[in-house]
Amino acid sequence: MAAILIYSDKTKLAFELLNAAQLIGKNTDLTIKAVSINNDEQAEELAAKGAETYKIINPELNLADTGAMASALLQTAEKLDADIVLLSSNRRGKELAGRLAQVFKAGCLTDVKSMQTENGRIECVRNVLGGATVAIQEIISDKKVIAISPKAFPAAADEVGGTINEYVVNIIPSGIKLIETRAKAGDSVDIEAAEILVVVGQGVESQESLPAIMEIAKNLGGEVACSKPVATDKKWFGEERILGLSGKICKPDLAIILGVSGQVQFTVGIRDAKTIVSINNDEKAYMNQMADYVLIADIKEVLPELQKAIG
Amino acid sequence: MNIVVAMKQIPDLQQIRIRNRKPILDDVALTFGNIDKNALEAGVQLKEATGSNLIVVSVGTEALEDTIKEALAAGADEAYLVLDDEIGDMESSSSARLIAEAIKKIDDVGIILFGEGSGDNYSGQVGSRVAAILGLPQAGYAKSININGNIATVTRSLEDCEEVLEAELPIVVSVIADINEPRIPSVTQILKAGRKPKEMLELDVTGDSMLETISNLAPEMQRKQIEIETIEKLLKVLENEGLLRR
Ligand SMILES: Cc1cc2nc3c(=O)[nH]c(=O)nc-3n(C[C@H](O)[C@H](O)[C@H](O)COP(=O)(O)OP(=O)(O)OC[C@H]3O[C@@H](n4cnc5c(N)ncnc54)[C@H](O)[C@@H]3O)c2cc1C
Ligand SMILES: Nc1ncnc2c1ncn2[C@@H]1O[C@H](COP(=O)(O)O)[C@@H](O)[C@H]1O
Repeated sequence: MAAILIYSDKTKLAFELLNAAQLIGKNTDLTIKAVSINNDEQAEELAAKGAETYKIINPELNLADTGAMASALLQTAEKLDADIVLLSSNRRGKELAGRLAQVFKAGCLTDVKSMQTENGRIECVRNVLGGATVAIQEIISDKKVIAISPKAFPAAADEVGGTINEYVVNIIPSGIKLIETRAKAGDSVDIEAAEILVVVGQGVESQESLPAIMEIAKNLGGEVACSKPVATDKKWFGEERILGLSGKICKPDLAIILGVSGQVQFTVGIRDAKTIVSINNDEKAYMNQMADYVLIADIKEVLPELQKAIG
Repeated sequence: MNIVVAMKQIPDLQQIRIRNRKPILDDVALTFGNIDKNALEAGVQLKEATGSNLIVVSVGTEALEDTIKEALAAGADEAYLVLDDEIGDMESSSSARLIAEAIKKIDDVGIILFGEGSGDNYSGQVGSRVAAILGLPQAGYAKSININGNIATVTRSLEDCEEVLEAELPIVVSVIADINEPRIPSVTQILKAGRKPKEMLELDVTGDSMLETISNLAPEMQRKQIEIETIEKLLKVLENEGLLRR
């Protein structure tokens, strides 16, 4: 019986893949098989979700060696008769997706944010043209590799009947050595969970404004998010607060956007918000066309007022 | 040593207009993706550090012959181009095959640089596919690259950590936007760009189609776009809508 194989280095994301696989597998005779690599605990947790789990433990298989990882997954897919492999579209997963697709002779879609399945056809939804448009695409080759965005699917529920099978693959190293791993500093804020977001763009000219903005967000019961350059160029915040194509896609009830021009790679991260407020000193800023309420003002001038009212 | 940078020609995203939810691409200027420009800059810096030759490889429509001047002005020494107007929006698997075939025609390749994602499709596949075809080690999402002799050291940025990876050359590396600030070419560099060598490769561009696009539309967006004069009024409106639970 043909199978769907799922793998992510992150257990949380593997749970989401399991759920996505269950959606694809529904009303078909596809079985679902989960792979865990060098992670005993993950294998246990996947089995607790009811998954038929294949555990590969081999210290020679390095997660950072994408070539070796692709070869390990290829061997597993072939042996378990899987035509569909689901990976997570985090950075490791995306990098692996292309390499696996190539050796698996598969068509591949990454950053898939939702799926519809019908009669065994899997329609994948993803942003293209930098987020200006949303495409529905289908992989028509026999073999398929699909990398699914984090949080696109909820985690699978616990289920009985899971198993753990120890599994051995040939390791074919590609010559990458991992010299060092450094944890990233940064807070563990979850902007995707926030109902209200106050968003800092480059129009917030001074770092001295940040405490006031943090306070406003806190008093509203929300979180602070930012545009990409605020995190990557100015380094005012960690990357986990970035909204957009290469950051997070959020759907808060209210987004108050301070000094963002509204380029498509940003707006794709916030366009599903229920209500959008844009405060910008340029009335022509594209962000204003994407907003429900627009205040044309200098942030330096209105921030104290906002802080007074909400602070 | 030759350093190769793969760059994709894309429509200037800021110029795309939407009509009836469809993107209008006619008359939109062509350029290279922003992150591909970071890849080029990384290539130029490595070239300067190691005294190498820098070759840009690109697969796209005939307009590339003009677009490529951007890359030649910004520091590339030569270009290998695969041009074809028929192929239109090429699939990652086909671009990867053609890029790999072009690279096979280059001797003594030390490092092959990609953007983490192309400006239009942003799928992050092509670099990994090329690494697989050429059987090379790869390091994705680089924020810094050093070459010392025949060893490359790459610091790459993942969501929750940074990894320092090392490999013998040749290696495939994809870069993130943080890695550098692409230089703006001077007028003389732009003038000289036209005279730099361009190799037009005749490769078979027909490939198996693995994907089908069912639709590609701008999301429907209806925003009120109401202009409000003061913070006070703004807060009142939000309060009335039940958005401020204070
Ligand atoms: C492949 C790719 C992926 C990308 N991914 C992302 C992403 O995930 N997220 C992201 O954000 N960006 C992303 N970008 C970058 C994006 O294209 C924009 O460059 C970025 O969003 C701009 O940020 P900004 O609006 O804060 O800054 P700017 O574009 O500089 O806009 C600043 C705005 O503030 C206004 N302003 C200035 N001063 C004041 C003031 N005193 N008071 C009020 N208003 C003021 C200005 O009018 C302007 O509208 C990506 C780019 C690429 C190529
Ligand atoms: N047609 C192309 N020609 C040259 N390089 C390309 C092409 N398509 C993609 N690339 C390279 O591959 C990277 C990843 O592209 P993608 O897989 O489309 O996100 C880009 O940043 C470019 O460096």
